[in-house]
Amino acid sequence: MTNKHHSILFITFTVLLVCFFLLDLTSGQVSIPLKEVFKILSGQDASKSTWEYIILNFRLPKAITAILVGMGLSISGLLMQTLFRNPLAGPYVLGLSSGSSLGVAFVILGAGVLPSFLQTAVISSYGVILASFLGSFLVLLAILVVAQRLRNTMSILIVGLMFGSFAGAIVNVLSYFSTAEQLQKFTFWSMGNLGNLPWPSIGILGTTVTVGLVLSLVSIKSLDALLLGENYAKSVGLNFKKARLIIIIATSILAGSITAFAGPIAFIGLAVPHIAKLVFQTSSHKTLFFSTVLIGGILMLACDIISQMPFLEMTLPINAITSIMGAPVVIWLLIGKKNIQ
Amino acid sequence: MKNEIILEAHPISIGYRDKKNIKTVATDVKIQLRKGKLIALVGINGVGKSTLLKTITGIQKPLSGCVILNENNIENYTSSELAQQMSMVLTEKLPPSNLTVFELVALGRQPYTNWLGTLTSEDTNKVHEAIRLTKIEHLAHKKHFEISDGQLQKVLIARALAQDTPLIILDEPTTHLDLLHKFTLLQLLQKLAKETEKCILFSTHDIDLAIQLCDEMIIMTPEKTVQSTPCILIEKGVFNALFDDRSISFDKEKGKFVFGKI
Repeated sequence: MTNKHHSILFITFTVLLVCFFLLDLTSGQVSIPLKEVFKILSGQDASKSTWEYIILNFRLPKAITAILVGMGLSISGLLMQTLFRNPLAGPYVLGLSSGSSLGVAFVILGAGVLPSFLQTAVISSYGVILASFLGSFLVLLAILVVAQRLRNTMSILIVGLMFGSFAGAIVNVLSYFSTAEQLQKFTFWSMGNLGNLPWPSIGILGTTVTVGLVLSLVSIKSLDALLLGENYAKSVGLNFKKARLIIIIATSILAGSITAFAGPIAFIGLAVPHIAKLVFQTSSHKTLFFSTVLIGGILMLACDIISQMPFLEMTLPINAITSIMGAPVVIWLLIGKKNIQ
Repeated sequence: MKNEIILEAHPISIGYRDKKNIKTVATDVKIQLRKGKLIALVGINGVGKSTLLKTITGIQKPLSGCVILNENNIENYTSSELAQQMSMVLTEKLPPSNLTVFELVALGRQPYTNWLGTLTSEDTNKVHEAIRLTKIEHLAHKKHFEISDGQLQKVLIARALAQDTPLIILDEPTTHLDLLHKFTLLQLLQKLAKETEKCILFSTHDIDLAIQLCDEMIIMTPEKTVQSTPCILIEKGVFNALFDDRSISFDKEKGKFVFGKI
């Protein structure tokens, strides 16, 4: 696999990303011609003002969210797979999404005990985002404390899984005591949603994802060293504790903020790094970083396009689509490849 | 010559320390690692070879005394400075990855590369030189999991060479290898020590081979630790004390261990 080969792949994927972005803007319940999309994006008046409204206030935010979510989750998956030397690690092994779920569950399912005027405020979309953010942030703090104490990286993985079980159990208890309406709300949140984000929220998400990606970018060299295992990595001069801390913070920022805004999105973080490794046949994190970012964006846009196919008459939950697409990919990888990383 | 000594342990005692108690593994350990020497570290299981290696590589502190690396206390080195002084070949398995042999050897250049780990032409030259010295050119483009244990051991040595350090430390490099590969591996280490003027220290259980191929040996017994040339150690009868068992003894004439009654 030569550098030239890699360049061709990178160009192809960049073009694909742009194509899927435009395709995502044109498709949906109302089909808008590509020419009109270009017009609207360049600030000119479209033939129909409703189209302009749909693009600028609905589809463009959703497409941008899809790209941010796809890129962020995929990169955090890549970081976790290398850090934990485990091909099945994803952004959620640290228990962040469980923390989010717990926060949201408290708000939606537990709102019944609050006085009614508070209920509406708490259940508003901002209330949910805030609860989700707090939930994953608290788990992040717990993980950082644990990471400082534990020498063994695998123990962090187990602690993350334990957080997950614990939060899952509490959510179960809460659901048992809640009304059908509350349950429905919680279920909708847990199915993930790329739309409905106003521009200011996208600004926040964009910032956090950028911070997460920059932290991942500066970890590239450490990640390469970690391919040799902890002790070898230390022997080539890696400050292991510091590197591990940066990697965990990057993952937490990415997975935590994305879950807060878009709900728990399954499988993207697990599957995309594997696809990148298969296509580019490399372990170099410089190549893997950029290929994972591109493929993550493309795949998430593709899932979004599928979820709102015109013939479906309604938008499918995004989490279902990512799982339907992601699960077979992971199974195929496990069966087909003897040596996946 | 002053600079000949790369690493020196002023009498140190080694062991583990936790909040409550101190467990001493060995006391009064004196070793000197000189340029261009191939040195074997020998001792029975559990005598403290690993603890000694961990102490002289700065992973753990000595209980008393200090380890001097190039005239400075090893505790004063940062991890990246240390990585430019000593490189290692460990017993642990590599995690699964798509790394090719070339990429694996190139990771030895990490102490010298920029924040992205980009290889300069000097780095590439050093990598090629390491690959040439260990004669693994034909493996360079294979994945690291596609080669045999013996080949992998050479690749890991090449990686240590690429790190370009005056001292290379190997932890039981001959385990898992058959007699032929054990011999060729130690021969390679002998050649590398001579040609590159590096000091190579390795721990091993293959005492017969070490006696024949090493410049010096460090013998660890529960009572004391001795460093000298194999000839002098044989003269002094140190090897007889190595195993605390009457059925194994050392035959000075043959230069090897014999079992059973003599």
